[in-house]
Order: sequence, then C-alpha cells, then structure tokens
Amino acid sequence: MKRKSKVLAGLLLLITALTPVVSVSADASFYTYNYDVYDVELPSPDAYTAQDLLLGTYLGIGDFRNPKGLFVRGETIYVVDTGNNRIVVADKNFNLIDEITSVNLDGEESTFLNPQDIFVAENGDLYICDTDNNRVLHTDKNKNVIKVYTKPNDENFSADQTFIPLKAVADNTGRLYLLAGNVNKGFLEFDKDGGFTGYVGANKVKASFFQVIQKRLMTKEQRARMILFVPTEYSNLAIDQENFLYATTTTFTPGDLANNPDRVNPIRKINSLGDDVLVKNGYYHPIGDMQWGSGGDIVGPSRLEDITALDNDTYFALDRVRGRIFGYDFQGNMLYAFGGVGNKMGYFQYPVAIDHMGTDLLVLDNRAGSVTRFTLTEYGRLINDGLADYKVGRYEESAESFRKVLELNGNYDLAYIGIGRALLRQGEYDEAMKYFKSKRDWDSYSKAFQQYRKQWVEANIEYLIAGFFVIILLPKVVKGVRKLTKGGAQK
Amino acid sequence: MSIKTAFQKDKLMHLGKTLRYSTYLIFRPFDGFWDLTHEKRGSMGAANVILALVVLTQVWQWTYSGFLFYSPQWEYFNLFMQVLPFVVLFLIWCIANWSLTTLMDGKGKLSQIYMATAYAMTPYVLINIPLIGLSHLITWEENAYYYVAKNFSMIWCVILILCAMMMIHDYTLGKAIFSSLVTIVAMMIIIFLIVMFFSLITQSFGYFISLYKEITFRLY
Repeated sequence: MKRKSKVLAGLLLLITALTPVVSVSADASFYTYNYDVYDVELPSPDAYTAQDLLLGTYLGIGDFRNPKGLFVRGETIYVVDTGNNRIVVADKNFNLIDEITSVNLDGEESTFLNPQDIFVAENGDLYICDTDNNRVLHTDKNKNVIKVYTKPNDENFSADQTFIPLKAVADNTGRLYLLAGNVNKGFLEFDKDGGFTGYVGANKVKASFFQVIQKRLMTKEQRARMILFVPTEYSNLAIDQENFLYATTTTFTPGDLANNPDRVNPIRKINSLGDDVLVKNGYYHPIGDMQWGSGGDIVGPSRLEDITALDNDTYFALDRVRGRIFGYDFQGNMLYAFGGVGNKMGYFQYPVAIDHMGTDLLVLDNRAGSVTRFTLTEYGRLINDGLADYKVGRYEESAESFRKVLELNGNYDLAYIGIGRALLRQGEYDEAMKYFKSKRDWDSYSKAFQQYRKQWVEANIEYLIAGFFVIILLPKVVKGVRKLTKGGAQK
Repeated sequence: MSIKTAFQKDKLMHLGKTLRYSTYLIFRPFDGFWDLTHEKRGSMGAANVILALVVLTQVWQWTYSGFLFYSPQWEYFNLFMQVLPFVVLFLIWCIANWSLTTLMDGKGKLSQIYMATAYAMTPYVLINIPLIGLSHLITWEENAYYYVAKNFSMIWCVILILCAMMMIHDYTLGKAIFSSLVTIVAMMIIIFLIVMFFSLITQSFGYFISLYKEITFRLY
C-alpha cells in the first residue's frame, strides 16, 4: 500500500515536471480596461493582442535608430528610420520590400537628413518630411521627385523662421497639410501645385476675464514683456477616409485639462473650414486616462502623441506617458484602453507613432526601435460589429452583437447602452429605459422616456380626458347636490 | 371623554390651526409674521413640524424623484449627510441672528426667530413635494419647468425670511437685508470656530495619547 502511494506520488511528480508550467499566452497577462460612468477603471477582456514584433535586425538591415514616423498604406508599412536617414518599407508579414535612402531629384540622388515622417497617397506618391533639410519631398512611386515644398514665401510665415516639417498628410485631392516646428497657428496647408494657402485648425485665443482685466491694468512695457498667449501646438495629425484631419495636442497643463476638457480638446477632428467637429457624446471627453494615479515618474494626464482613424470611424490615440492606446467610437465613447510601459511584447518604452492596417494596429516604439502589431480578438470584433450594424441601421443585429459582448464582459457599459439604443430604435421604449437607467445614460433615457410617455398618453387618452372632467366637474356636482338637499330640507 | 383626552385633542387642534396658519402667512407675509408672534397665531410645535417636513422633503427628493433629476450613487450615498447641513445651518442661523439682532435693536427673541424662520420655509415644502411627482413626468428637455419651480420656491423662502426679519425685529427693509447679510458672516465665523475647536480637541487628544504611549513604553 505504502509503496503504491509512493509510486503514485512519483508519477504525479513526473507529470507535473513534464507538463509545461501554465501556458501563459500573451493575451492572458495583457491588461485591457475601460472607465465606467463614475470614472472607475474596470478591467475587461482583451480587445487587441500583440501578435508580432518588427525589428530592423529581423529584416537584416540593422536596428532602427530613433525611428519617428510610421505609415501604412494598404498592406505596406513605411517606417521612417530617422537616425539612419532612411525609410524602411515592409509588407504585412514584416518582410523587407525596400529601403529608401535617397530620391531622384532632377537626375541627381538626393539623400535625407533626419527625416521624421512619411505619407503615401493612394496612387503611391510619397510625401517625405525631410526635416533637417527643411523640405518636404513629393515623389512618385519610383522615387522621382515631383515637387519640393520649402519654406513658404508668405507674409504669414515670418522670414527669420526656419521651416521644420515634422508631420505631413495629404488628402485625396492632393492638398498637403503639414505640422511644422515652432509654428503655433495650426497646420500649414499647401494646394496641389505646391502653393502655401494658409493655416488650418488654429486655436481660437480666448483670454479669460481676469486676463483681460490684468491686461487693462498693465503698462505697455509690462504687456510687451508678458509671454504671449500661444495657441496650441499640435503633436501629430492623421487623415481619415473622408478627409477629416485628426489631430492631437499635448500642450496643456493638467489643471486645464481637469477643469475645462472642453477648451483643451486633446483630440480634435478638423473639417475643411478648420473647425473642431469631434463628436463627444460619451460619459466624458476623449482625453485618454481619467485616473491619473502616479507611479514613480509617471504622473499627470495622458499626453497623446499620435492618432489613427480607422475606416469604421473609430479612432485610436497613443499616450506616450503610460504607453497606452485608447480606442474611441464615432460618438466619442471610450471603447477600451490597453498597452503600457514595459519590456514585454505589447508594452512600450517610448511609443511615438500609431497606424492601422485594416483593423490591425501598428505601434512604433522609438526607444526600442520596434513596430508591434496588434490584432483584434473575438471580443474586439464583436464590439466593432455592434457599432457597425448600429451605424447602418441594423439594430437587431447590433443588439445581438452587444449581447454577445456582454457574455464576455458583463461590465461593458457601452454594450448595455448599445442594446438600449437598438431597443429604442425598435420602439421598445420601456425596455430601452431600463438599459439606459442601469448605465446612467441620461440623454438616451430622456429620449426613450419621451417616446414612452407619448405612447402611454396615446394609449390612455380616454381615461385622461375622463379624469380631467371628473376633477373639474366633481366639486360643482357636489356643490349642486348639497344645495339641492339643503334647499329640499328648507322646503 | 376624560379631561386628559380632551386636553390632548385641544392641543392637537391648536397644532393644526397654527400649522394651517402657515398657508395664510406665505401669501400675506407682513401681516402674517406680525400676527405670528405678536398675536400668538403660531406655535413652536407647528414650527418643528415644518422643519421636519423640510428635512423629509429633502429625503423624499433623493429617494423618490425621477431618474433624470436625482440619480444618486447608492453605494456611496449617506442620506444623513445630505440633510444634516440644512439642520445645522438652520440652527446656526437662529443663534447668529439672535446674537446679532440683540446688538442691533432687534425686538425678536430667540424662540421668535426660530419660529418665524421655520414658518418661512413653508413654500419649500409646498412646492418641492409636488415637484417630486413632476420629475417622473417630464423629460430632460423640459427640465426648465422643474428648475424654475424649484428656484422659485427658494426665492420665495428668502423673501419670507426677510419679511420675518422686518416684522419680528421691527426693522426697515434695508436694515433687515443688512442684518441678514451680517448674520451670514456671523454664521461663517461660528462654523470656523466649531471646526477649529474640533481640530484643537483632536490634536490635544492626540497629544495626551502619545504622552500615554511614551510613558507606557518607558515604564515597561
């Protein structure tokens, strides 16, 4: 008996030794979360998982040095390897396609000096921000230069200012939008012939009440010495399929952001008139993290370094402070946040750029010199389905997707609200109100309630009218009866 | 009927009569507040009932109002802390007002100030209790009706308090407003003193506790 148990114990030991220690997959230790209506952080299943890592050495061309720009067109990835003065082109499986080190300018090879960004048009034209050569190169797909954008000769661009192109995007009519260093009037806009047409997306300067009074009281010299109210300098820009510019800004104080997120607007969607048209119907403004709990030297609000807008109108912003990626839907609701600072795959040391390939996300880490690819999980896909179905009016299917989301994550507020909205559109106001109430969506609740009230009044109109008459007539009837009986008694 | 029950019934009738007087008073504040104290038309019992009703109105507002207007986070909700400020401020108001108006030739006694201020709260009860029902019937787009009525009740109360000050202290309107503003300053001073008193008490307690600990460490 004793021996038997010994054998058994040995066998068990052998089994435990042989089986691999709990198979920890990347997604199991990945942290994805969302905020509820009270800004409480709620962990959720992973919506995206890190799948792949691209390093320069994997391509056999040496490590990236201080890479600053990342762009994806179709299934081709462009990494701007700033420190090595080259642009690395790879396909979606991370195989090297090309290594651009120079372009053909008037029959001569022209090299780059610290290029920072690239934009590739749909026809394959390249726009390269050759930053330290103070120019933007527009080439065709064979790298023959079509146009060179240099310092605009315009009264709005002061003559003693150097032209430092940092980020560029072009819309499908060939207009070029440029984020330039030391320019705080917004983005530079060039028409398709290369002429400078002006600034777009500048911040409207609003002096506060006290600033106005302060200015009144100051002498001219004091006023001159005072720092100018400088409007926002943007940190990055992206363009979506409908030619809206998405821009991020990081020049604000934490107090400003906490008190007036409406004035700061770290994420903006700029239309052709230069106005911010970002929809903000969520519980809170899209500003990244809501809780700024500090850990070591990581303090303060999220500083959004880059943004990318997907074809389904969701957008993802990249926070360089905590290395996190924030996903928002077209209504400005936070879908999920993930990522972080660290050395594991899916975490970053200093993320600087984000772009998308279909629904995949690619993030460039400046310090690690790597590109990480994230792909959607089942959970993320269901959320996307729910949003997409709702947008095109398939409310039944949308609610179905959100119900499946709830099976995976019962804490997902957007799913409840999504089901509620679908019910609202289907005319089930009573049910919809319950869903909205449970997740504190006052606006939608009010809408549902308005319909519900209308329905109820229409159904019960005869009782209401009857009740109304009873209330009006009853006192008179009672009075009349009393009079009659009293009169009768007197007779 | 025994004498005792008759006496109680009489008392109850008196309470009802004085309570009903509040509805007369809010529409004719000048006569009303004069008669309230000088003609003994009001009673302390009725004043206490009105105060209790104000507190209850606040409680009912939190618990029974529609989702759109009151949606507290029940996990962290403390009803006591919601109604306590009103009661405390009311009592401090009475004390501060009495201590000031005695210096400013006010004729009112502390009990009269208490009674008149309590009676002046009547519109708050009369308007806000129906509003609880209304909050279930209107949407957020129509919130103006709700908030106009609510603010109206507050303004009415303030006007009544000013009338009460004029009548019970025999003040002119200007002096009533001035004394009310000074009363608010005095209330702040009282609150400051209370807070300071408590913080000093806690600190001195802390001192003696640490002293005790120190001694026990040394002796054992």
